[in-house]
Amino acid sequence: MSESKLKPEELAGNIKYEPKEKDWLDPSVEFKHGVFNYSGIPKNVEYLQQPNPRKWQPTDKDWQLPENWKQIILEGLRDRLHRFRSLQIFMDICVRCGACADKCHFFLGSGDPKNMPVLRAELLRSVYRNDFTLASKLFGKFSGSRELTVDVIKEWFYYFFQCTQCRRCSVFCPYGIDTAEITLLVRELLNLIGINIDWIITPVANSFRTGNHLGIQPHGFKDSIDFAVDELEQITGIKVDAPINKKGAEILFITPSADYFGTPHYYTLLGYLALFHEIGLDYTWSSYASEGGNFGSFISHDLMKSLNAKIYAEAKRLGVKWILGGECGHMWRVIHQYMDTLNGPADFLEVPVSPVTGTRFENTRSTKMVHICEFTADLIKNNKIKLDKSRNDHRKITFHDSCNPARALGLIEEPRYIIKNVCNNFFEMPENTIKEQTFCCGSGSGLGTDENFEMRMRGGLPRANAVKFVKEKHGVNFLGCICAIDKATLPPLIDYWVGGVDVGGVHELVGNALIMNGEKERTTDLRGEPFSE
Amino acid sequence: MIKELLIKNKSKIVDKWIQSIYNSYPPEASKFLGNRKDRFGNPVGYIIADSAEKIFDEFVNNNNNERIKLLLKEIIKIRAVQDFTPSQAAGFILSLKEVIYKELELEVKSGNYFNEFILIDVGIDNIALMSFDLFMEAREKIFQLRTNEIRSRSMKIID
Repeated sequence: MSESKLKPEELAGNIKYEPKEKDWLDPSVEFKHGVFNYSGIPKNVEYLQQPNPRKWQPTDKDWQLPENWKQIILEGLRDRLHRFRSLQIFMDICVRCGACADKCHFFLGSGDPKNMPVLRAELLRSVYRNDFTLASKLFGKFSGSRELTVDVIKEWFYYFFQCTQCRRCSVFCPYGIDTAEITLLVRELLNLIGINIDWIITPVANSFRTGNHLGIQPHGFKDSIDFAVDELEQITGIKVDAPINKKGAEILFITPSADYFGTPHYYTLLGYLALFHEIGLDYTWSSYASEGGNFGSFISHDLMKSLNAKIYAEAKRLGVKWILGGECGHMWRVIHQYMDTLNGPADFLEVPVSPVTGTRFENTRSTKMVHICEFTADLIKNNKIKLDKSRNDHRKITFHDSCNPARALGLIEEPRYIIKNVCNNFFEMPENTIKEQTFCCGSGSGLGTDENFEMRMRGGLPRANAVKFVKEKHGVNFLGCICAIDKATLPPLIDYWVGGVDVGGVHELVGNALIMNGEKERTTDLRGEPFSE
Repeated sequence: MIKELLIKNKSKIVDKWIQSIYNSYPPEASKFLGNRKDRFGNPVGYIIADSAEKIFDEFVNNNNNERIKLLLKEIIKIRAVQDFTPSQAAGFILSLKEVIYKELELEVKSGNYFNEFILIDVGIDNIALMSFDLFMEAREKIFQLRTNEIRSRSMKIID
């Protein structure tokens, strides 16, 4: 090498590391109320047999970590780097091109540079470089490496619980780095030393114990379904059958539990019930697998696997042929991306075939689970249900692509096809805020708590901003979506940023428009609101 | 007339004022906020720039309080949930004074427009007070929405 060429340390010294204005390696963070989630309560951490149950909060100075916390984290990271090739690639392959930097809704809404996905991932990479690569030995701090300290752990907690695992950034990454997996694995590492949040731990514990995340027991579940059946009868004059735990049914129906205890989810439930009755579907609900949502997927792949296993176990016990899934978000990511290798293959089930149209859902031949929007779109396409679009004329509708169905499942056109067939007034939001590029509600992956409210408002701003645009331009007054977390958290988001737009499911709109055989004269929609004249 | 001077120097004044608002964010973010081409890809940058310019126009031309309030609200709602102290969140309007005085330094020093500058001063102070009201309104809305969430969750458990 000639003398004139730069030596490695000089070369490294010339690299302008972005962002350069502030020392991003400084891990200090301040926990202000309103922008973080409370810790998992010890009772449920213990119930799930997770490490280090104790009373603590992120605002405490001492997080009461185990003595060998550092060793646990580094060994945990080493173990995962060996087990998951994807993680090793994600750690090494990023060239910091910045394509993802301005794609995160939390960065857009907060202006906090550490919410740029590239920088958020660097919070882990810096430790990876320090302890697992040669780069730090050669270049020291210039390689972007830093020692793992308690402050780094606190910073991880702060920022990896400011990622909703929505994967919008991954759409723009030329290498396809899946930030959601990085977030999941960092949360998993944190959980090894007892750092987690209650809106994940408690729903997971409840789902284990009673089948659903609010811990509603089987009789409560049955009561809710029965109540919905009665209410649907009042609206339509038709008493539908809603079988629970029916052995030998053709189809097992799995939906997020919020559908039967939350509002506005409940109107979607009425829509399902009306539709299934009208097509004479031989199906069953389950009180054991009464939760589509998988809160385990937010923090640990082991917990994700255990919760997900209930679906196949119940399908086997009841002897169904295949599984139909309702309007849920991350449930579909777990099903589409992980279920087959977590708990499959489900070779005891048949490739789903619609009993009404005969359509064989080849795309689900592996998981045997069909999304209700595919199922209903197929019914409409084959002219198997009667619809009166004008029953949704009081609604000017736009559609929020829920992150996981859109980006993880590729379910883009089916809900739109349904909406266009059940209403006369549909208006799309701008192109770079929908479909694969949809903006998150800001409350997914366990972050939808009241204590985290201000962070949710920051993260949801880009979505609300697009809703406001179509409200002002077209008079939109209904925001359709197909995710239970959306239905729970978009209403306050819209209330804060926009106002005057209701949130509801696609199958609520189907239920409004559906003409049922023998129905009484309908005067109201499923919410009891009068149809427009 | 100072009004003509403000209109003549509008683009310089407004740009500097907007930049000063962007500069209240971390440097990496303020650079990004300045790229306002895409109102959906950069909502905060766009809303700040769009509302700030309209506030300036309204202040100079009509000074209609209700109209200014609506425009101001767009920015305050954002800053009320971001990582700012109340004074930082609501006080950005005061930097408009500084920008105007710097841009029109010669006129200020000449003393010819003394009375008109006093009116500008009082006018911007008035908008600053409005900002404080709007900040409180936004915070109260947040608390109300939070309370609603807690209440609806408790009701589910009781039910």
